[in-house]
Amino acid sequence: MTDPNSPPASLSQQVKIPESISGLEPVRSVRSPIRLVYDFVPSPPVQEYLRSYSKKKILGHRSPIDGAVFVPPRGVDPRHGVLIEESVELSDRGHVGNFCVTHLPIPGRDDLDTPYVSAWIHLDGASVGFLGLVAGCENDEVHIGMRVQAVWKKEEELGNTAENILFWKPTGEPAVPIEKAGNRAWDQTNE
Amino acid sequence: MSAELTAVLGVGQTKYSSTRGDVSIAGLCREAAYRALEDACLDWKEIDAVVIGKAPDFFEGVMMPELYLAEALGAVGKPILRVHTAGSVGGSTALVAASLIQSRVHEKVLTIGFEKQSESNATWALSLPQPFSVSINAGAGGYFSPIIRQYMSRSGAPELIGCMVAFKDRQHALKNPYAHLHQNDLTFEEVVDSPMLWNPIRYSETCPSSDGACAMVLGNEASGDRAENPVAWVHGTAMRSESNNFPGRDEVNPLASRQCAADVFRQAGITNPLKEIDAVEIYVPFSWYEPMWLESLGFAELDQGWRMVEDGTTSLLGGELPVNCSGGVLSSNPIGASGMIRFAEAALQVRGMAGDHQVDGAKKSFGHAYGGGAQYFAMWIVGAEKP
Repeated sequence: MTDPNSPPASLSQQVKIPESISGLEPVRSVRSPIRLVYDFVPSPPVQEYLRSYSKKKILGHRSPIDGAVFVPPRGVDPRHGVLIEESVELSDRGHVGNFCVTHLPIPGRDDLDTPYVSAWIHLDGASVGFLGLVAGCENDEVHIGMRVQAVWKKEEELGNTAENILFWKPTGEPAVPIEKAGNRAWDQTNE
Repeated sequence: MSAELTAVLGVGQTKYSSTRGDVSIAGLCREAAYRALEDACLDWKEIDAVVIGKAPDFFEGVMMPELYLAEALGAVGKPILRVHTAGSVGGSTALVAASLIQSRVHEKVLTIGFEKQSESNATWALSLPQPFSVSINAGAGGYFSPIIRQYMSRSGAPELIGCMVAFKDRQHALKNPYAHLHQNDLTFEEVVDSPMLWNPIRYSETCPSSDGACAMVLGNEASGDRAENPVAWVHGTAMRSESNNFPGRDEVNPLASRQCAADVFRQAGITNPLKEIDAVEIYVPFSWYEPMWLESLGFAELDQGWRMVEDGTTSLLGGELPVNCSGGVLSSNPIGASGMIRFAEAALQVRGMAGDHQVDGAKKSFGHAYGGGAQYFAMWIVGAEKP
């Protein structure tokens, strides 16, 4: 077996260093952050979805095949390869399908104190979840199936963005049983 | 016409570490490739084509690195092909290379996967803000933590199973000189006491961030027959994928995973994986994925995989089905190489060349990789004998 710590002899031939820099410490790496700024142009369904947030409404798309409701709407049912044209207005209430208690700060969200709860929110009437912040209770009180409702920004601060919802807070309603929480709900109703 | 029999003729790995500051990406890849050729007793000129894989280009910020690496990998004047399937890429890269042999397009193919995580920040590269949703997910751990929580709830597994997996894999790593983490003095209590990062995932239950490359030389039946060192024969190959969010999706046990496993076992004529497979290398970047995949792949009954961890079945020290004898992804994670390491380690086991982490007399072994939101799968089964 070759020694993992010594590179193969034929690969470790010394590079000849010019005399003018021979006394200097070799540069092994240069840290050079790169950035790519681009304009995002949402598709028409996503535009409609983002604009509806300014009216404190959440839009979904209903599949013509089996009635599944997707949020955010993307204009297609990817399972069947069909276009979706029917929008539905969804409740701003739902349940926690699943969640993570995150102890790491994330870039661009200096406003979040760790640990915080990121959760898959399954809105009433929706067939898939999306991510949201759960607050308004202790982190260890959050559980799968917990009923939650959106806490919106003040009217004057509303924009065309999902960030209009500051966080999701517990409603105190009875929890959704774990076997019907999150994506499990779809299996239950359609089989 | 049946597929050409395909053999693993050589395996080459770099020592995995947090920073390989002494080499460039090209130097890193060349080191693994050189060792694979040496193991195969072949020269660069005998290779017909190169198939290379890595995780997203934006990790290191080198776009289409296969172009700049062509010379370092002896691919000038030869076909070089890039594969990209997120974290499963090391596995699917090996499978694309194998398909070039199976289809008789080429006779000998060099395949390689790499990552130089020291030149990137994968966690934050995976936390890119999306314009149509709130920015709240912290890297891969943030994504997989809820899925692990769901598994824990539905299986009723004891809370410390994940810590047992992490401790076991770090013990295995001590027997693998290439592994990144060599924690000689680590105790189980230290694993349990390490801080929560993404509850229920502790720091010690996550993979490290590694630099490294893994390469294999694959050849057709004639080259397998002629090889000086023992070879591993490919008995089955399969890839599947699915969307990461659709109504009714089973995130814990994805349909694509089950279908991929069914396909690869059918090809290899295996009906009882637990009895017929001697060594397993599965992609476990977060400890709980060991019991989860054991169930999904059919090595354990649904919701019972954790028992194999608890009773030591998956330990190299006398377990019936040693899992990740190399130390696994939990002990070395150069992302783009991690899947290929699983495939290569499976090959080393049936070649009898796994050194101190060899499973005695291993005849058939299983290599596995997954990626994205547990949505891309690549698997192979290799054997000491021809299929």
